[in-house]
Amino acid sequence: MNYPETLRYSKSHEWVKNEEGMVVIGLTDFAQSELGDLVFVNLPEVDDTVTAGEALGDVESVKAVSDIFSPVSGTVCEINEELLDHPELINEAPYDAWLIKVKDVTDEEELITAAEYETHCQSESNG
Amino acid sequence: MKLIFEMGAPGRGCDLIPPCTTPEVTVKVPMRKKAPHLPEVSETELSRHYTDLAKQTHGVNDGFYPLGSCTMKYNPKINDAASLLPGFTNIHPLQDTKDIQGCLEVLSSIEKALCEITGMQACTLQPAAGAHGEFTGLLLIKAWHNSRGGSKRTKIIVPDSAHGTNPASAAMADFDVVNIASDEHGCVDLEALKAAVGDDTAGLMLTNPNTVGLFDPNIAEITRIVHEAGGLCYYDGANLNAVMGVTRPGDMGFDVMHLNLHKTFSTPHGGGGPGSGPVACKDFLAPFLPGLRIDKQTDGTFTEETAAHTIGNVRSFSSNFLVVVRAFCYILTLGREGIPEASTTAVLNANYMMHKLAGHYKMAYDHTCMHEFVMTLEQEKHERNVSALDIAKALLDHGIHPPTMYFPLIVHEALMIEPTETESRETLDEAVQIFLDVLAESEAHPEKMHEYPFETPVRRLDEVGAARKPVVRYLYNPE
Repeated sequence: MNYPETLRYSKSHEWVKNEEGMVVIGLTDFAQSELGDLVFVNLPEVDDTVTAGEALGDVESVKAVSDIFSPVSGTVCEINEELLDHPELINEAPYDAWLIKVKDVTDEEELITAAEYETHCQSESNG
Repeated sequence: MKLIFEMGAPGRGCDLIPPCTTPEVTVKVPMRKKAPHLPEVSETELSRHYTDLAKQTHGVNDGFYPLGSCTMKYNPKINDAASLLPGFTNIHPLQDTKDIQGCLEVLSSIEKALCEITGMQACTLQPAAGAHGEFTGLLLIKAWHNSRGGSKRTKIIVPDSAHGTNPASAAMADFDVVNIASDEHGCVDLEALKAAVGDDTAGLMLTNPNTVGLFDPNIAEITRIVHEAGGLCYYDGANLNAVMGVTRPGDMGFDVMHLNLHKTFSTPHGGGGPGSGPVACKDFLAPFLPGLRIDKQTDGTFTEETAAHTIGNVRSFSSNFLVVVRAFCYILTLGREGIPEASTTAVLNANYMMHKLAGHYKMAYDHTCMHEFVMTLEQEKHERNVSALDIAKALLDHGIHPPTMYFPLIVHEALMIEPTETESRETLDEAVQIFLDVLAESEAHPEKMHEYPFETPVRRLDEVGAARKPVVRYLYNPE
């Protein structure tokens, strides 16, 4: 399992990266591995607002549909449209397959470091 | 095997229609210019085609079918015999009510029987299956709130262990879904429920016993909390086979519910059924029921009338009528004594299997179960990469339909087993041995488990490809 140290993580398995005044959000390697092969991704639209702790969209695998929780509050300024046709990119390279970019961020969930997130994942998979 | 469209030859067929004696009329509406490409096959080809299809499936007539939450019980042949009586088959839905009094009596009688079994006071047979029933029930809840000026009641509370249809039906009925977490026993967390209810609560959807096969001990408290907040309680009848004739949703405090005749009442389930999902409710919701209400007059005749504040029709005509006839036959066959006996035997069979498997397979909850139980393969998955899916696929080669997998979502690597009351002790013993053999093989040869099944007409299917790039119709391509 891969936990890049340059990223910050939410306990609901999203990764967060700051990039030129925007926040980039994606799903972690642990999340894609638990979900299995993804078949659909629903994302918000550009200019939609997202709220920290609330669903920003969802992902569907052959097993189930799961919400993606937004780690921050703000306005969506870009979405990764390629994922809509190729959700498998999240399985193949979760840290390249970003979901959305958010600007005007006003609030954020409690975000943790790579080491803390790794411990969190280990406790979840043993639970 | 070939599709039926790929069989036969132009001009071949299996019926001879006599020459038309009525003069031809040209209809002045846009018509298709070419005849549709339909299969042209002989009766021999047709018959073999369906036999081929039947050979590729596994039904309750082939063997054990412990598909949790689906109640795949045996479908008694007497039900079919009753439904084939000419008085039931040689009728038309637009016939005058005076000509179909017998059919109306069947509809009225089963409505009464279902009300008695559920502790409700009124019933509609219109909904065509379970989720359709959920949708209908939610529309009744909405209509009732609206009739009291309660349009700000927009939220339906659903526990995280619920059948996926519950939140889906609530969303379809234009409610907002509020998810609440289960407690450590898989039951409703009362504190979470109390925190979730309020003056925006339209209702709660719940199945009891719940999806982990446990009867919620706080059920009366749960329905009281929702009622005190001004909401209504919807009972998902999917698990009624655990309690029918023993306890009643109406007595637990539920206001409206659906029944799955194709689960609990032994009508065909799967393969297109067709299903039937009657909705039963308390008196105060009756004025909103869809379809036609059947009334028995003092002279013994039956009449049909629309309810005063009906939500309208949820399908055409009365019901999947011949399915309803089958279910009525089942209820009459079992009678007052047989109905609770069916449920208690279903619970006994589930506990028998659970106790034989416990100690080998890990049970998700260490409790006496109701009609089904849930095991978790999480440990096997982590230790030797053998998943619930691998075990399920191996069972196929032993002539057992796999249990429900990966549900409920609150249990990881779940296998959910519901043996039903119609299996003998010998069948259960054989099935237990197969489950144990498969688990033993997964310890000895974990790698081989990813290869199963070997014996079925098709082996592992490309589920991801089927979801991402589905081919859902035959494309006719003449050479």
